[in-house]
Amino acid sequence: MSEHARPLRERLAEHGIDRVLWLVLPAAALLGMLFVYPFVYGLGLSVQPNEGAPVIGNYVRFFSDDFERSTIWKTLVLAIPAAVVNVGISIPIAYKMRGPVRNKRLITTLLVMPATLGTVLVAEGLIRYFGPIGWFNQFLMAIGLIDGPLRLTHNYVGVMASLIITGFPLSLLLVLGHASGIDPDLERAAATLGAGPSERFRRVVLPLMLPGITIAFILAFVAAFSVFPSAVMVGNPAGETRVISIAAYQAAFERFDYPMASAIAMIMAAVQFAIVAFVFLLRGRLYRGSTSGGKG
Amino acid sequence: MTEVSASSRPTRRPLRLSFLSLLLVGVLGIFFLNLAALILGVVLNSFATSWFGTLLPNGLTTRWYAYAADLFQLLEVLRVTFIVGAAVVVLSLLIGAPAAYALARRQFPGKRPLMLLFLLPLLVAPVTYGIPLATALYQFNLAGSLAGVILANLVPSIPFVILLLTPFIEQIDENLERAARMCGASTGRVFVKVLIPLMAPGLLAAGLLVLIRVLAMFELTFLTAGPGEQTLVVALYYTVFAAGIRPSQAIDAMAVIYMLTAFVPLLIALRFVNPTQIVARIKQENVQ
Repeated sequence: MSEHARPLRERLAEHGIDRVLWLVLPAAALLGMLFVYPFVYGLGLSVQPNEGAPVIGNYVRFFSDDFERSTIWKTLVLAIPAAVVNVGISIPIAYKMRGPVRNKRLITTLLVMPATLGTVLVAEGLIRYFGPIGWFNQFLMAIGLIDGPLRLTHNYVGVMASLIITGFPLSLLLVLGHASGIDPDLERAAATLGAGPSERFRRVVLPLMLPGITIAFILAFVAAFSVFPSAVMVGNPAGETRVISIAAYQAAFERFDYPMASAIAMIMAAVQFAIVAFVFLLRGRLYRGSTSGGKG
Repeated sequence: MTEVSASSRPTRRPLRLSFLSLLLVGVLGIFFLNLAALILGVVLNSFATSWFGTLLPNGLTTRWYAYAADLFQLLEVLRVTFIVGAAVVVLSLLIGAPAAYALARRQFPGKRPLMLLFLLPLLVAPVTYGIPLATALYQFNLAGSLAGVILANLVPSIPFVILLLTPFIEQIDENLERAARMCGASTGRVFVKVLIPLMAPGLLAAGLLVLIRVLAMFELTFLTAGPGEQTLVVALYYTVFAAGIRPSQAIDAMAVIYMLTAFVPLLIALRFVNPTQIVARIKQENVQ
């Protein structure tokens, strides 16, 4: 027995399989149970509609109902611009702040705060601050820019503001964290070879920042995609900001139609994965383009 | 780390007002000004006797805090928040740290799909897996219980701990473990006497960051909690949702209490970690 067991264990150890691997098991098992299983269970549930309906009945019902189908568009119309704005503003600021900047630690510390506050608190603050009698409207009226208060809450604008307040600091910290790790010698080398500031940015720094930008965009998009609390609190959850997570929530916890709720969750996952895959694909193209341009 | 190495180098470019600098100051200035006004408005309203349409409230009072504590059963909500936070931190460290150790020390077949499993919960919005998860928890009668809320919060927390600790453990010299073994220490002793003391800063940082995320995690708690398991952020949501029948000052008093519970661990955490780590950790070694 032991003659057979020993060589096998040694052979496995050569491939890195030994008792240390048991340590991964609890984490893998727990995530299998709490992440993978619910997804599979939800997928199975979503294709078990009421009797008589076809297997994909829930999906057909979702896409044939205009009120439900439009939630995808309403979500994307919030999430994609929010992610583009948050990351778009972050890129020049991170580029500027990547080297030594005075009070960098203070600025990054302040940036972390809205992320810690979370969407619920920001939404509550926005209802007051952006409200018809809030400071923002009071200020605009005091300087004579507007005559009456602007309607900034309980609509698209309110949700977008909350997405930017909670999302922009996250994006900036991500892009900055990555950009700070770029070796400044690379840019100096490009300068020595005669590249001007804009060329250095376009051909050296930006391609190097791209992995950080990609991750930041994906996380910003995913965070904005699940705008549940702010869409309800500072949005118009029955109309223009009835996002897909509200549709899923209503199916599950108001109509107790779990198969339909699961189907909507699967559609949400599919849309997110499609966008994430598209971004990675785009980055692959951009990145290759930049390096070959540098070589030529 | 990068800040130190950067500041020890002589500054190459003097401060000059380029378009980019103006953009930097302008955007950040406007952002922080509005954010400060937003938070100040909430804080001020929580102390206001009444405030309607004027620049400042008519008078100040602290009575809304007692009122809110009574009306929203704040002590009970704080107790639940504390239990959930502590349980998630302890469990995610106990489960995540060993996994991070194995991933840092071993190359093995199937490592990449495993890493994907640990990465996916952070790449998908919580509502997406929260709804199937809540449905599955209902199936096992776990939804609407403290255990259910804690289990749901473990889903993003364990991957977060693994992602944070794996590069940290990679930096610990494996020779230290070998030396301890050669001197006759058992595996358990190596763990307690060598690894845990060396990992302590990383464990502390990871624990605090998980706590911050759990306190702010609305969706998963909201989807799995019954009326008796609301954490502070979920209770705040319900209170705002039912606004109109309650004085806005009491709601904001609750919001201020929530802010304080979120800021205390944040301030402690900032003594140990770089702010960028709170968001996520991107490997920087490959570009340096």
